[in-house]
Amino acid sequence: MKKKWYDYLWIATLLYMSLGFFNIMFAWLGLICFFVPLIMSFTGFGKGYCNRYCGRGQLFGILGGGLGLSRKKDIPKWMKSKGFRYGFLIFFFVMFFQMLWNTYLVFAGASGLRQIVTLLWTFKLPWNWAYHGTFFTEGVAQFAFGFYGVMLTSTVLGLVTMILFKPRSWCVYCPMGTMTQLIAKGKMKSHKGCKRRKLGVS
Amino acid sequence: MKKKRLAVVASNECVACGCCAKVCPLKAIAILRGTVAKVDAEKCVGCSTCAKECPASSIRMCEVGV
Ligand code: SF4
Ligand code: SF4
Ligand code: SF4
Repeated sequence: MKKKWYDYLWIATLLYMSLGFFNIMFAWLGLICFFVPLIMSFTGFGKGYCNRYCGRGQLFGILGGGLGLSRKKDIPKWMKSKGFRYGFLIFFFVMFFQMLWNTYLVFAGASGLRQIVTLLWTFKLPWNWAYHGTFFTEGVAQFAFGFYGVMLTSTVLGLVTMILFKPRSWCVYCPMGTMTQLIAKGKMKSHKGCKRRKLGVS
Repeated sequence: MKKKRLAVVASNECVACGCCAKVCPLKAIAILRGTVAKVDAEKCVGCSTCAKECPASSIRMCEVGV
């Protein structure tokens, strides 16, 4: 099958993760992977981002599939349960908002810039070597450190589950994937409701 | 009655990631508005490529009468 340009987006993901080791400010670019899937699902493209444009998913597919780094075992039942998927989504967002709060504190001058990247919400890794100052306020840099931590955490989790289970096991509980599927389901329901009302069926 | 092997998606487990649709050699799978994968029974030849790929292991291979 002929490859399309979007089949190479895994390179962008690889580049993004690498750039964070040289200049943390590049972490801001990761917002694209946050807003594009949401905009696509809200505008009726369903999980078009996951199905086609997600470089992270592609990367796990290549590493686990093509390069054979995955055991290719079934994911445990509990990991694909709605309870776990929705629970992880909530947990992920609570931690995300905590990161935003810490960023706000730096913006407000209530705390100083912390040049660390938090991995798996626990391990604080010194990352000062990737910070070369900012033209803006230090809050901008704090967000970069925090957001890169989110991206690194999801990559590490994705790699671990890629090795243990199937290559794209991360896609089963990826918060962006869960959220866009929820939005798509919501849109489908409201669409069906509208159709019924138009047909006069209750 | 003739039997045919067919991929069937457990829709309550499907996360609509689209991995199955990507690998299906016959383009027999579509993701319905980002909610769930749907197999076109007419096109499917039961090769099970999709079932092996599915990260949620939500595709079962079934024998159906035709
Ligand atoms: S589920 Fe997450 S990692 Fe997988 S394709 Fe979608 S956004 Fe990418
Ligand atoms: S690969 Fe599995 S989880 Fe993903 S869309 Fe296909 S059936 Fe659903
Ligand atoms: S069993 Fe083969 S032909 Fe049928 S949907 Fe899966 S990949 Fe396609």
